[in-house]
Amino acid sequence: MTDIQADIDVLPGLDPHAPLLEVTDLHVEFRTQYGVAHAVNGANFRLGPQETLAILGESGCGKSVTAQAIMGILDTPPGFVTKGEVRYRGIDLLTLPENQRRKVRANRIAMIFQDALSALNPVYTVGFQLSELFRVHRGMSRQDSKRRAIDLLEQVRIPAARSRIGDYPHQFSGGMRQRVMIAMALALDPEILIADEPTTALDVTVQAQIMGLLADLQQQRHMGLILITHDMGVVADVADRISVMYAGKVVEEAPVYDIYARPAHPYTKALLESIPRLDMKGQELSVIRGLPPALTNIPAGCAFNPRCRYAQDVCRHDPPPPPYAVAPSRTARCHFFREVLADE
Amino acid sequence: MSDVVLETRGLVKHFPITQGIVFKTRVGAVRAVDGVDIQLRRGETLGVVGESGCGKSTLAKLLVGLEKPTAGSIVVRGQDMPKLRGGQLRRARRNIQMVLQDPYTSLNPRMTVGDIIGEPFEIHPEVTPRKGRARAVQELLDTVGLNPDHINRYPHQFSGGQRQRIGIARALALKPEIIVCDEPVSALDVSIQAQVINLLEGLQNEFGLSYIFIAHDLSVVRHISDRVAVMYLGKIVETGNDTEIYERPTHPYTQALLSAVPVPDPKLRGRRDQIVLEGDVPSPADPPSGCRFRTRCWKAETICAEQEPPLEIRPRSAHPSACHFAEVREVLGTA
Repeated sequence: MTDIQADIDVLPGLDPHAPLLEVTDLHVEFRTQYGVAHAVNGANFRLGPQETLAILGESGCGKSVTAQAIMGILDTPPGFVTKGEVRYRGIDLLTLPENQRRKVRANRIAMIFQDALSALNPVYTVGFQLSELFRVHRGMSRQDSKRRAIDLLEQVRIPAARSRIGDYPHQFSGGMRQRVMIAMALALDPEILIADEPTTALDVTVQAQIMGLLADLQQQRHMGLILITHDMGVVADVADRISVMYAGKVVEEAPVYDIYARPAHPYTKALLESIPRLDMKGQELSVIRGLPPALTNIPAGCAFNPRCRYAQDVCRHDPPPPPYAVAPSRTARCHFFREVLADE
Repeated sequence: MSDVVLETRGLVKHFPITQGIVFKTRVGAVRAVDGVDIQLRRGETLGVVGESGCGKSTLAKLLVGLEKPTAGSIVVRGQDMPKLRGGQLRRARRNIQMVLQDPYTSLNPRMTVGDIIGEPFEIHPEVTPRKGRARAVQELLDTVGLNPDHINRYPHQFSGGQRQRIGIARALALKPEIIVCDEPVSALDVSIQAQVINLLEGLQNEFGLSYIFIAHDLSVVRHISDRVAVMYLGKIVETGNDTEIYERPTHPYTQALLSAVPVPDPKLRGRRDQIVLEGDVPSPADPPSGCRFRTRCWKAETICAEQEPPLEIRPRSAHPSACHFAEVREVLGTA
């Protein structure tokens, strides 16, 4: 077996001083029999080592598709990346041939999914699935790889790891399964971890355990973490920066403190106002009227204009607003960001 | 109190665990609901919270009569629901309706919206005469904020939030006094969730409805509820009005649950008093002796394994709490 670890360092174009991950103007579309669905329409963001970037948005805003495009696990067809760059340390992953891209996956960029029960293979034991990574990617022997698998399960704090290695995924509880998946993602020491709704299917007490575990592991390993979620509470607890997505675009990007204190995009503002908060018993919840747009038929101009209370003619007729610089390292795609910022 | 519309006493539901194919022998029971007493007053919302597997949904099914209780009573308008049969049961059921969690699977895809909302009238023909039914359905659509002209559309032509409105219209059709909402907004996006919560609150004011609101999202429950009951492994461990539960919780489980909810405010990061529970919920087929929470509790002592703490007002808890060491602990921090 070839030693993949040796080749990985000779990836052509790898520049250790380039940004860890940089996504520029990413476009993804799905060609279906009902028309072309524009799932991602120009996503931009950047991730540094040990940084946590949260991608926040409602269902259908393109956040999971963005992650799949970065990982190179998009269903093609019907999904196609039509434009843009995903640069890992200077290498454009989208133009990389599949055999080299495979070395990046799991070795450099790993991903965990929402539903651990369907992400793990039900007919193999957890130990087999974990040690498979070492056997295939590192060419280790069965014994060595099994030892590594036990180590990993201990690192994600699974009690009695040695005896649980022979169990099948259905024998674990929801929280424990999510730990197994985290172990699997971390097996090959990736520099970037993408977590797609890692705690959505879990109860709050277990969610707190898992988020705590992820934070500790990130600290130890200096990983960059992309957290994809719709839960604004989880984001407030862990993120450094936030990208808010709507209809396939990043409509606002900002450091976490700024965005919660004073949102600059009307969509972010409306989202923040529509969540019931535990520490505040509000009156009537404010509501975002209407529905998110169908991705086959995104409104002209700013995609949010039909639901926006700041919308004027320019929002409906002019080309979509560019990412205006609201402050240093903070952007918002809204013509009226000054008004939004000024509003209480 | 005279305006109690629903009351349960010692409500129990055990699901048998059997072994063998030809000769089934009972080897145990899953104690899904194990002695629950609740009271619901007119125009009030009682929130029920707890983690998955604590018996919330079984409780909902018992209340609307979809499951028969193993023991205990459910009294609605002076009648003990589990004892009713035939026509009496059918009439009594009119009064208590349910909104289900998943608006994608709880509506029949082959029925039009008009048929779905009108079906309760078929089963209870005495409520609305046949002639007036189409009209009644249109009024219901209007009440829940849907276009009355869409009566002939099918569920797939509606979005998630709109479908949940259809489910709510169906529950309203028989003009019930009580609606049991089992996780009505957990399948919806935040912006849509707010619309449905506002609708439920509006309907409550308009028709004087009483809600049992079951959810795992504590923020949503706080927003909508007047009183809250916290469930753990088939039992209610603490109950009180919303400020008592959220600002002065006395049961360790409530405290842990509240502290685990992320607050959407980064300024509170690291300043909250977070209690992270170890381990998972024990199996309801074999619950721990004494207090069921003791296996995950940081206050547990020998008495907890020996004596089951009753749900009652205690020296350090002004509202009922089922903990030997009940004591107020503020967990939400600076609000």
